[in-house]
Amino acid sequence: MAFWIASSPHNHNHTKTPNLMRLVIYATLPGVLAQWYFFGWGNLIHIGIAMTTAIISEFTVLSLRKKPISHELFDGSAFLTALLIGICLPALAPWWVTVIGTMFAIVIVKQLYGGLGHNPFNPAMAGYVMLLVSFPLQMTLWQPPLTLVAVDLNFTNTLTTILTGFTVEGYSVEQVRTSIDGITMATPLDTLKTNTGLGLTVLESIKNPVFGENLALGWEWVNAGFLLGGIFLIARKAIAWQTPVSFLISLFICSFIGYSISPDSSASTMFHWLSGATMLGAFFILTDPVTGATSNKGRIIVGLLAGLLVYLIRTAGGYPDGVAFAVLLCNMSAPLIDQYTRPRTYGHIKGDK
Amino acid sequence: MVESVIERITRGRFWDFHGGIHPPEQKFLTKNKPIKQLALPKQLIIPLQQHIGREGDLLVSIGDHVLKGQALTLSTNPMVVPIHAPTSGVISAIKMSVIAHPSGLSQLCVFLDVDGEDTWRKREVCPDLAQLSNHEIIEKIADAGIAGMGGAGFPTHIKANSKADIKFLIINGAECEPYITSDDLLMMEQSNAIVDGIKILDRLLTPTVILIGIEDNKPKAIQALQQATKTIDKIKVCVVPTKYPTGGEKQLVQILTGQEVKSGRLPIHDGIVMQNIATCFAINEAVRHDTPLIRRVVTVTGQALKKPQNVWALLGTPVNFLLEQCDVENINNEKQPVIMGGPMMGFSVSSELVPIVKTSNCILVPSKTEMPSAFEKESKEVECIRCGQCSDVCPSQLLPQELQWSAKAKDYSQLEKLNLRDCIDCGACAYVCPSQIPLVHYYRIAKAEIRQQQQLDLKAEKAKIRFEARKLRLEKEKIARQEKHKKAAAARKAAMNKATPEAEGAKSAVAAALARVKAKKASKEQTSTADSPSNSSADNVDDQKSQVAAAIARAKAKKKLKEVSSDKPITNSETVNSVAEVEATSTQQTSPEDKKAKIAAAVARAKAKKLSKSTETTDKASANEEITEEISVQKTVNSDDKKAKIAAAIAKAKAKKLKNTASISDGEKQSDDAPIQNTVNADDKKAKVAAAIAKAKSKALSKANAKTAAEEKVEASENDNNGDVLPDGATDKKAKIAAAIAKAKAKKKLKETNAVEENNQDGV
Repeated sequence: MAFWIASSPHNHNHTKTPNLMRLVIYATLPGVLAQWYFFGWGNLIHIGIAMTTAIISEFTVLSLRKKPISHELFDGSAFLTALLIGICLPALAPWWVTVIGTMFAIVIVKQLYGGLGHNPFNPAMAGYVMLLVSFPLQMTLWQPPLTLVAVDLNFTNTLTTILTGFTVEGYSVEQVRTSIDGITMATPLDTLKTNTGLGLTVLESIKNPVFGENLALGWEWVNAGFLLGGIFLIARKAIAWQTPVSFLISLFICSFIGYSISPDSSASTMFHWLSGATMLGAFFILTDPVTGATSNKGRIIVGLLAGLLVYLIRTAGGYPDGVAFAVLLCNMSAPLIDQYTRPRTYGHIKGDK
Repeated sequence: MVESVIERITRGRFWDFHGGIHPPEQKFLTKNKPIKQLALPKQLIIPLQQHIGREGDLLVSIGDHVLKGQALTLSTNPMVVPIHAPTSGVISAIKMSVIAHPSGLSQLCVFLDVDGEDTWRKREVCPDLAQLSNHEIIEKIADAGIAGMGGAGFPTHIKANSKADIKFLIINGAECEPYITSDDLLMMEQSNAIVDGIKILDRLLTPTVILIGIEDNKPKAIQALQQATKTIDKIKVCVVPTKYPTGGEKQLVQILTGQEVKSGRLPIHDGIVMQNIATCFAINEAVRHDTPLIRRVVTVTGQALKKPQNVWALLGTPVNFLLEQCDVENINNEKQPVIMGGPMMGFSVSSELVPIVKTSNCILVPSKTEMPSAFEKESKEVECIRCGQCSDVCPSQLLPQELQWSAKAKDYSQLEKLNLRDCIDCGACAYVCPSQIPLVHYYRIAKAEIRQQQQLDLKAEKAKIRFEARKLRLEKEKIARQEKHKKAAAARKAAMNKATPEAEGAKSAVAAALARVKAKKASKEQTSTADSPSNSSADNVDDQKSQVAAAIARAKAKKKLKEVSSDKPITNSETVNSVAEVEATSTQQTSPEDKKAKIAAAVARAKAKKLSKSTETTDKASANEEITEEISVQKTVNSDDKKAKIAAAIAKAKAKKLKNTASISDGEKQSDDAPIQNTVNADDKKAKVAAAIAKAKSKALSKANAKTAAEEKVEASENDNNGDVLPDGATDKKAKIAAAIAKAKAKKKLKETNAVEENNQDGV
């Protein structure tokens, strides 16, 4: 009788890409919860819209490409992309912004390049940057922390604001974003940038209520949540530690240098770490294996580069936060970095490759 | 260096290799059961080749009765390892049969019907090894048919016979595959025999130190070996951490010595020899007990078996017999894989009749729950997400994800750059791949294709070399032929030289003939270039012109010839000097006497010049005039005897000078040259006169644009001639200058006469 023939190795550690994606999705929970707690329902609604869009877009493209739909639709990568877009968007941005961004991310950035594993850019960040460039007004509709908002932003109000631009009571987005004393509020990073532009020192700037008592009201906890999730992922070996660690160190060093040179016009190191999308970028976006470097040395270089870029964009660039741009620039350089950081093969002399 | 390694090892510290994995240990299935002696199977299928190398010559034929331990094949070559009858019986067939090979390859096998007697052939037990020479021991190892039992099957006697300075003898007892326990059990049960085998190797190789590498998951084996080697300082039992693939040769070398085996080289090049535990046992058996390699320990394991265990299996035992002995459960499952070797590097056998060979250490029959991926029909492969886990675990520090892309794209040069050849097929990358890509499978295909390509390249290279050799041979033949022809020509020449009293004269005659041919050739060019301004006239006076042109060409050719033949520089300059002197005197003498004649000639030339000047403005008319004028000049030359003679004299002088310079190569020649000159030029006196005219004419044409400047130059050159020609030795220059003298003089005179005879000219 004949036996079944298979190629070695015959066993496997039973890891699967969908499981990995799911793990990453779970790891965002602390951050997402913190976001919900401080900023309300906005981002959760956006995540929902993004996921729906993502699944429809993915389905459409996969059927057009005649790919095994069940196999790839639920591999979790589209959900993860949608989730990241939902987290990144301003809470009060109109619904169509999310739809366009997600469609762009899934259809153009991911599927048109050949689907999972073939996209040169992080789909979520490419989608986000596209929105930032195309819809600058809508992309600044940041919602201040709930404690600073005069209007009661419950689920219904947030939903109607996202869908129609007005709360149930009829307040416009601008009114919602205006504080009690009549000033439109932005994110701490944005505020700092505007104020330093106006000639105010950092100390004067952080008197603004959006900074809260510590560094950045709400934002610090959101970042802490993502940090927690990231540590969990590293502990589970789902992501490589090199990228986030080198990124955070790089950002720390850059901001420390800036702060040492001119404390009046530079934010503190901790402010850089715990505001904006720093932690999300460090653990959930830069670590995207598809678009990052593959060698350990390469990962460290990518992290360092990203930290420098984020700092430069935040301080010298035109946008308040620079994680998305930094990530895209790093994605571009990753193949080159990989090329030059190939490890020395066993039995070969260094440089001989 | 060796000392520092030993020191480090005695402190229990080892190096580490990159990557590696920890697949779930399944050794517990078999590790606590003693090695079982099995009943004799009914039939044994013994492949002729069970090692790396070639199969030996058959010593038996169908129907022969063989005894246990009797050799079935003969080794005629170091790379041939003989096989032996594992038990007594009758050879029932010698035919192709499926063997233990990943591809289900068939190979020539000896089918032995077991008679159940198990009668040994006569054995000579050797109680005292000291009586044997090293050579005898190696012969015994070779005759016993021992090949590396760890997996590769390299002939052991070659490895044991190495002359190199051996620093480390490493005994590989790592057994890192997660199921296999055959070496483990052998170490537990036969530690003394193994150590005896190691001692034999020690004697043969005389290494500085012997290291036994064992993974720390075999405490009993470690204990047994430590016990057996207690009294031997040279042997160190090294307990290394459990990690797959520690048992890989390169990896174990790195762990124990910190060295890397250079790519494309063997450990022996660095003074390291590695032997497997089972091989050491077999060596002892062969040398001491005259027992050839006819059985080995095989781990028959897997959760599909009720009684997984280690067994002493005779080589040639079919797989199904072993499975029966271990109570296989659900062999009815059509997708049931039976793996020979471990789960990481073993291959699934295609038939139940596949026999155990010297390298088979394990038969694995997994259950579906235990190893689902082995049962899958379709690969669950999804796209690579570049997570890099594969490169993290690769013990060779390769980049499996990049290799995979290049392998799929069949980019063999890139695979070469990424060092695919350093891949050891350990399967760690495929084990961890979350996208479940069968990476090793892709590499195997790529490696096979590269190998095939290399063979084709080799073939093409050979064909190319053959072709080049043929081309070279043909070329040589051609040259030889030419050489022959040349020799024949030389002989002819020699014969010709003999015919005339003066050899050189004949030669120069040949040279002159050659020059004429050349001149003819040159004349064609000359006419086309020099006469181009007055094409129409050229058409009309073909005959004369061509004659003239031929003369010019001849003169030129002679000049060239002279240059060619000027191979004796010393005589050259001397003769040139003398020639120049003669020339100078002759011109001095002739010039006062033949003033008139010269004037006449010059008049003609001047006319020609003037006329040619006018061609600039009126092409055709002047051309016609020129023709008539030329004819008239010709007439005057012809009719006026004296004048003609004088002109001829001038021409002769010129020709002589040219001839002289041409034949400069030999001083003696000069006398001979004169008659030749005569013969050659006698007929051409007229032509020469014409040549002078033509020369003047062509000069006039060329100088028409800048006549005054040219004249000044000519005057200058004349002055130069008077002053410099004699002392100057440069032959070429002299010849040219000499030629210029006549022309310049003529011109000068012409200039003088121009003023006087203007009316006359106009009249003509």
